[in-house]
Amino acid sequence: MTAPTRVGGAGRSRTPAAGGLSRTRGGSRKFNAAPRPYRRPRGRNQKTPWLYLAPALVVLGGLLVYPVYQLGLISFFEYTQAQVSGGEPTTFQGFGNYSELFSDPQFWQVLLATVVFAAACVVSTLAVGCALAVLLTRVRAVPRLALMLAALGAWATPAITGSTVWLFLFDPDFGPVNRLLGLGDHSWTYGRFSAFFLVLLEVVWCSFPFVMVTVYAGIRSVPAEVLEAAALDGASQWRIWRSVLAPMLRPILVVVTIQSVIWDFKVFTQIYVMTGGGGIAGQNLVLNVYAYQKAFASSQYSLGSAIGVVMLLILLAVTLVYLRLLRRQGEEL
Amino acid sequence: MKLAPRLAVLLTALAVTACAPQTSDNSSSDKDEKTGTLRVWLFQEVGNQPKEKVVDAVVADFEKEHEGAKVDVEYIPVETRAQRVKAAFNDPKSAPDVIEYGNTDTAGYVKDGGLLDVTKEFGDWSEAKDTDPTAAQSVTVDGKIYGAPFYVGVRALYYRTDIFEQLGLEVPKTMAELATTARKIRAAEPELYGLVVGGAYTYGAMPFVWANGGELATGKGGSYASAIDSEAAQKGIKAYTSLFSDDNCPAAKCAGMGGNDTVTAFAAGKAGMAIGGDFSHAAVEAGKVKGKYAVVPLPGVKAGSVAPAFAGGNNIGVLKSTSHRTLAVQLMEQLASKETQASMFDAMGFLPTFGDVREKAAAEKPYVKPFVQTLSSGTKFVPASPAWSGIDSSLVLPTMFQEVISGKKDVAGASGDAAKKMDEAFGSAG
Repeated sequence: MTAPTRVGGAGRSRTPAAGGLSRTRGGSRKFNAAPRPYRRPRGRNQKTPWLYLAPALVVLGGLLVYPVYQLGLISFFEYTQAQVSGGEPTTFQGFGNYSELFSDPQFWQVLLATVVFAAACVVSTLAVGCALAVLLTRVRAVPRLALMLAALGAWATPAITGSTVWLFLFDPDFGPVNRLLGLGDHSWTYGRFSAFFLVLLEVVWCSFPFVMVTVYAGIRSVPAEVLEAAALDGASQWRIWRSVLAPMLRPILVVVTIQSVIWDFKVFTQIYVMTGGGGIAGQNLVLNVYAYQKAFASSQYSLGSAIGVVMLLILLAVTLVYLRLLRRQGEEL
Repeated sequence: MKLAPRLAVLLTALAVTACAPQTSDNSSSDKDEKTGTLRVWLFQEVGNQPKEKVVDAVVADFEKEHEGAKVDVEYIPVETRAQRVKAAFNDPKSAPDVIEYGNTDTAGYVKDGGLLDVTKEFGDWSEAKDTDPTAAQSVTVDGKIYGAPFYVGVRALYYRTDIFEQLGLEVPKTMAELATTARKIRAAEPELYGLVVGGAYTYGAMPFVWANGGELATGKGGSYASAIDSEAAQKGIKAYTSLFSDDNCPAAKCAGMGGNDTVTAFAAGKAGMAIGGDFSHAAVEAGKVKGKYAVVPLPGVKAGSVAPAFAGGNNIGVLKSTSHRTLAVQLMEQLASKETQASMFDAMGFLPTFGDVREKAAAEKPYVKPFVQTLSSGTKFVPASPAWSGIDSSLVLPTMFQEVISGKKDVAGASGDAAKKMDEAFGSAG
């Protein structure tokens, strides 16, 4: 959680995205230029930041580092129900769980499905969120309020409730969608792609409000004169978005994208509820549900942990790549 | 940069101090206290009151007989039983002394180290000799006995008498007739499923495999090999999966169904026939079709034969961690006694596991007859291997059926893959 915020801050201070922030920036520069060595008598002062950080570090350590450490540890052992309840001794497997995982064709299939599905979700969510954010700036107060409320309602709905409602909307026997489209008793969850599509709709529905609200706030802080200048130069809406707004909002968009990637890669509830735990013959499994099925449904905790570690590494890699990209772009600016 | 070495030191320290994940000590406690509280977990059924009444009577008698002993009964929801029992095994201190458990879980629980070996006590028990062999098999692992059978459940064919009469249909006598009758119903009444089937309804599908001479697995005493890809088994799989067609039960709707879904559909009047258990009787009676249905044993391949049914049911067992060994075993025997099972049948309709008690029950309540007939014409049980719980919960068989139904794989391919997965599970569970 700390990384994106820091990045957002750094980016913001470099790009003149926010008019309100520029004043602070000027102030801080003056402050930074002020006597540095004076503030560095060694010893106590060096510890002071750590003292302030300590509570947060303790909480993070307890809630994040320790579980991750346990996850990694368990993934190196043979650890099923029999081991947990003491029926059999726990044995060290080295990378045994990982090699079992990597030699399972289903794992690769699920991984591929997860990556493609998450990518589709991220792209759709960003497209819908950004489009509606731009729309928000163009409409009058009442429709804006209505759109905001609708979006916040979707955002506030618990994932299980949302999934159940969407499932009902597309129900073959009672759902209004089939009746409207005249599809008879067509089942949306039977085909692999139509089931994924249905889940995608729900995921986009419940995660676009975050993108919309964040981007809307970003657009609001873009100085009006810049947009006016672009309009005077005869730029079209699309051109303004591409050449003016998007570059100015880049830090925000990066944060939003990373968040979306993380969320959509980890999607669990929607798949679990809407496809009944992974779909017909497991065709709609994604990594998180797959890990759950291995770890908890089949009590193979160690194998489930190995999947968890693989997911963690993938997400870390994605985040790091984005951070690098951002920093490079920042230096160029 | 100073952080990195410190972090490394910290991590090494952690790794050294805790080099294995936690394991609970579930060795049998040597204590055998004769007083104190016995904790019992039984399953919470739909409409649980009658069950509670029977249990309360048993408990009252037990407490009268054993001075200083108290019994604390808790009813746990069936859906979350797996987590509850796992938690009990993980934390012996807060675990109950006596539990009710599904008979397919026996071998798995034994491997987890949770159940107490009661071979000697069961042998000494005067009523044990009347236990029917299938029920006895369901508490036996490697020749040792880990509990007392509580009731058995078998499935048979429910059909709509009004629709059969209206269409002039005969009750099917063979499996082939079953399929043609089902299609006739659907053809005449397109809004009904002929025979409602489910892709995730393993125990409704297995009779088709068994009737065709197939087996889940062959072997004995711990070492099993899957036989689900044998020629006979494949024939059965084909027979079952061919029922998922637009002229009986459309794959798009039926592939995802489980046993409860099919019974619900039948009870709601949406199907001409269904494969349901004696335990489904109450649910069907409460549905729209009350008074308009009858039950017969599921027909086998040859006319007049009965397809072997899966002998489901529950057992009562004692946990290894109990500190009241003698008392707990006695309570187990009383909860599973002939007398209790007879009153439990009256109260809940659970089929007794004792041959003589069951015959009496069938004489009293005619609806039980087809189920008793199914039981007496031979039933099958899942392999008594600790791997079975894993095979069951990782959905190996539903996946196989669904792969065939949805056309992802042919019967040979899907059953071959399922056999491979089962063999892996059997192998790793040793």
